Amino acid sequence: MSNSKLTRRGLIKTGAVAGAAGLTLPTYLRADAHAGYLNAPQGDTVTLGFNVPQSGPYADEGADELRAYELAVEHLNGGGDGGMMNTFTSKALQGNGILGKKVEYVTGDTQTKSDAARASAKSMIEKDGAVMITGGSSSGVAVAVQALCQEAGVIFMAGLTHSNDTTGKDKRANGFRHFFNSYMSGAALAPVLKNAYGSDRKAYHLTADYNWGYTTEEAVKSSTEAMGWETVNAVKTPLTQTDFSSYIAPVLQSGADVLVLNHYGGNMVNSLTNAVQFGLRDKQVNGKNFEIIVPLYSRLMAKGAGANVKGIFGSTNWHWSLTDEGSKAFVQSFGTKYGFPPSQAAHTCYVQALLYADACERAGTFNPCGVVEALEGFEFDGMGNGKTLYRADDHQCFKDVLVVKGKENPTSEFDLLEIVEVTPVEQVTYAPDHPQFAGGSLGTCNPGA
Amino acid sequence: MGLTKKDFTLLIIVAILCVFAPFILNPFPEGSAMAQFNAGYPDLMQRLVIFGIFAIGFNILFGLTGYLSFGHAAFLGVGSYAAIWMMKLLTMNVIPAIVISVLVAGLFSLLVGWISLRRSGIYFSILTLAFAQMSYALAYSVLTPITGGETGLQPKYTDPRILDGALEPGQTPRANLFGLDMKQSFELTMGDWVFTFNAGYYVAAVIMLVAFYLSIRIFRSPFGMMLRAVKSNQQRLNYTGLNSKPYTLAAFVISGMYAGLAGGLLVAMDTQVGAERMFWTASGEVVLMTILGGAGTLIGPVLGAGFIKYFENIVSKINKSILEQWFAFMPDGIEDLLITLVYPFIGKGWHLTLGILFMLVVIFLPGGLVEGGQRVGRLFKRKKPADDKPDGKTTPAE
Amino acid sequence: MDAIILQILNGLDKGSAYALIALGLTLIFGTLGVVNFAHGALFMIGAFCAVTLSRILTLSHTVIDETQKDFLGNPLKVDVPYIYDIFGQATGDVIIDWAVPLSILFAIPVMVGIGFAMERGLIKHFYKRPHADQILVTFGLAIVLQEIIKYFYGANPIPTPAPDAFRGSFDFGAMLGFDPNTIIYPYWRLVYFAFAAVIIGAVFAFLQFTTFGMVVRAGMADRETVGLLGINIDKRFTIMFGIAAAVAGLAGVMYTPINSPNYHMGMDFLVLSFVVVVVGGMGSLSGAVLAGFLLGILESFASMAIVLETLPGINQIIIYLVAIIILLTRPRGLMGRKGVMEE
Repeated sequence: MSNSKLTRRGLIKTGAVAGAAGLTLPTYLRADAHAGYLNAPQGDTVTLGFNVPQSGPYADEGADELRAYELAVEHLNGGGDGGMMNTFTSKALQGNGILGKKVEYVTGDTQTKSDAARASAKSMIEKDGAVMITGGSSSGVAVAVQALCQEAGVIFMAGLTHSNDTTGKDKRANGFRHFFNSYMSGAALAPVLKNAYGSDRKAYHLTADYNWGYTTEEAVKSSTEAMGWETVNAVKTPLTQTDFSSYIAPVLQSGADVLVLNHYGGNMVNSLTNAVQFGLRDKQVNGKNFEIIVPLYSRLMAKGAGANVKGIFGSTNWHWSLTDEGSKAFVQSFGTKYGFPPSQAAHTCYVQALLYADACERAGTFNPCGVVEALEGFEFDGMGNGKTLYRADDHQCFKDVLVVKGKENPTSEFDLLEIVEVTPVEQVTYAPDHPQFAGGSLGTCNPGA
Repeated sequence: MGLTKKDFTLLIIVAILCVFAPFILNPFPEGSAMAQFNAGYPDLMQRLVIFGIFAIGFNILFGLTGYLSFGHAAFLGVGSYAAIWMMKLLTMNVIPAIVISVLVAGLFSLLVGWISLRRSGIYFSILTLAFAQMSYALAYSVLTPITGGETGLQPKYTDPRILDGALEPGQTPRANLFGLDMKQSFELTMGDWVFTFNAGYYVAAVIMLVAFYLSIRIFRSPFGMMLRAVKSNQQRLNYTGLNSKPYTLAAFVISGMYAGLAGGLLVAMDTQVGAERMFWTASGEVVLMTILGGAGTLIGPVLGAGFIKYFENIVSKINKSILEQWFAFMPDGIEDLLITLVYPFIGKGWHLTLGILFMLVVIFLPGGLVEGGQRVGRLFKRKKPADDKPDGKTTPAE
Repeated sequence: MDAIILQILNGLDKGSAYALIALGLTLIFGTLGVVNFAHGALFMIGAFCAVTLSRILTLSHTVIDETQKDFLGNPLKVDVPYIYDIFGQATGDVIIDWAVPLSILFAIPVMVGIGFAMERGLIKHFYKRPHADQILVTFGLAIVLQEIIKYFYGANPIPTPAPDAFRGSFDFGAMLGFDPNTIIYPYWRLVYFAFAAVIIGAVFAFLQFTTFGMVVRAGMADRETVGLLGINIDKRFTIMFGIAAAVAGLAGVMYTPINSPNYHMGMDFLVLSFVVVVVGGMGSLSGAVLAGFLLGILESFASMAIVLETLPGINQIIIYLVAIIILLTRPRGLMGRKGVMEE
């Protein structure tokens, strides 16, 4: 393929040398095309693309991601207190940018729509010469942009995406996910739920009617059934639903004593609020207290549900109240800069940016194939989740998963969740060919040139 | 070509604009502060012409007959799904994909139109909206096995693709036209300026010109006259003993096929489909494009489409650090003040700017951007008052 | 049986929100002939009136509590609402707790004001313009309004709970002789239903039994003649717009405890409310209310597990499917008048 497009910024220099008088050269004749990969950074800067939702329901989450990226860029360029660069076990990063090039960035709005996200990512690649795209707040967007980056030949470092598909049936060689997934949520929650609520429970699932909902329902169902729970019913709810009353009202009649809300974002806030409104948590069924579970918690969104989250179990990728050195360093520098603690979305994005930079340093190149090689099978620590492995088979990070509970007596508006258990990585690890992840193939890395 | 001199001139102007778009859209040198406003990169140029096609087609229905469809995005989406399945099963060549997208969208619009056209006015609008929303909701959820649901569909190297040979390991499937990669670009560097000529863009532009030419022919044909008659007074038309339904249905299907063509081209340029493409806001967007540009005019919808897509892609990317660069030459106090004033309108605030511009255009330019153009034109032509006669490109079809 | 009663209850409750929004929309359309795409935004602004009032009530000064630490290890800053200083903590808590009902008083003048400003400043100039222009300008306005709210309040939903007295749910089943816990319904949703019934009744009574209402109805039927009789119909129409805005706003205020409000809640309701209005029949107030309840109940039935097992995905499309069937069998919706919005 002769798509040897180069960074536009880099071209200015070439252009200036090659033909101030209008002398033109076809792309394939340009000397720097020999870099061998798309958007090879020219001069002394490298451009990264931060593609986050800035409008639509996840705009606040996107804003937090963007803050994290700005912080990461500051740290990579040697500014600030260095954050997690000090606790990261790999010491390749020097604080002088990446491979000596100052980090610059462009931003875009995914609108949480796959079309808009791809348009935005393409403009970063084609217009701004971005060599890596990162960010996002939903699996639909992550899968769409990941496929785009594979086609175009740049690295994609996924932001918040929890569906099994991102590193399952839709995995790509150029894409990497640090965030955990539905399977891990189920595997981490099951033992904690067994301890708290016993092994004789009847669960009723409400599931968001799209891919992420399906994988989450499947994961939670299979891991809770494995420990003896019975699934009474699983009802799908439309994504656009705002009032869940007609789905929640029949729950008590079904004889279930646990309600699992496989919802995220606005759906989660509304369904949880509605469930608490119906007084489900004050009821006794089968002689047991009725309980509600939210498999994927987001603190930013939990805030929207207010006091309704109290005492409700869920899982999360990371929480600012962790006390390991990495988390403390990150919370310290984020909190000092912005005045409030970071969200899990901010954390995963910050870590992804650092991991990418570190991989470039270790590979000695920005070439996507080099970066892929450096990240595959990479083991590290000091990034807030304990010892972590970027598995080569599916580009998924394997690390401890947090099981959290809505806090009964929050001391501030950020203090909504408390960590119940840190489920060790062994418990959430699965085989690469696990049936919940079947049907995909990484392919090979594409450097785009 | 069967066109009047005025129409022919208009077609030539549009053709010239299309051919030189890489220059026209990239007026600022690379690296300068204004380069942010350059739109001459392949993806956006492709989108501009594709949504131009979408709006041209919508205008054939709305501009001529006055029937306001609120569900045209469904045809675009259906066309896209048909095209991507062609690419997954048959070949990555864009021709079969585009042909099938037009056909499938035509069939679907025949069904929807046949039912919806039993009613008129807002009842018709709600019927089309209902069909589109059902398509969206089903594609996002229960039809996931066919549509990919939330994560959409992309070609994978594991797809069967019976006409193409097996890909070499490490290759990703790429949309092409008999071997010409849609992503292939040629860059021309002139001093500080960089101009990108993209194969996919020119394929789309040629198709857009054909679509535009056909729409002129439709506007000027007896069939077009009949559609205008429907708009001006359907009752009177019916009293003359004519059944207007076949005409409106034909217009509906034609505009549905245009939408399908746009959907197929979207896939040809960027091989992926997501269900959001069919959401009601997408249907609303093409209505906005058409009215904003000037409904019933030939060139208006294209202008409207360009306006909205430009905003969506350019203004949303301006962030605070870019603002800081722009105003860096000012004294600190004024710089901060300017940034505070401008910041709410750019980046994540691009919707706000777009909303304000909608309102301004509708309030002050009832005929859309085309009327704006006319007013400017009149300013320069004031000396020739005889030129008041409405010409082909500006006559609203009322 | 119990399941059916439960879903009828649900449907009535859902329907009351639809009916209230559709009522306001129809008022504006019926009196002024304007298609108002910003109506959802008015509903949303109403909801944010409740948010704003609870923000005002909890306006705080900070006190540094040396005994506790914040997340950075600095002494914790505790916010103490001014209202505690004025009324003492106990009364202050009660007032904050009742913020949502109190917002009704706050929202009425605000919404009427916004309605007047909108009508005088913008809508007035669009009476004679085509419906397409009205749609475009009000849609633009809706975007601007929601972006302004987003700028000040962020994109995330903001919890605004009902007063303590209305939390929890009421057991209808026990009352009707079913097993306990089979038919339960939250108190606040019952309040919402009653509130909607009162507002709908009040609007109808106002139009039916007052001279003002009579003139407005006459104006709806034949604006020109009423004007010729020397009646200043414009002024009355402005007032009607204010009333419609207030109805939408109040629907929003009372909705906040049911679902935490966010800036795009208006857009979420917009399409649905148009479907309701059209199914009811353009220009018919009673049609709008009837269609609101009808669609609410049907939507509730479609979400029953047993229905979904036989027809997967029916909950996704029920509203639109019903709209299509009704419009095909009854050309002008349930109670529409001939010749309205048919061109």
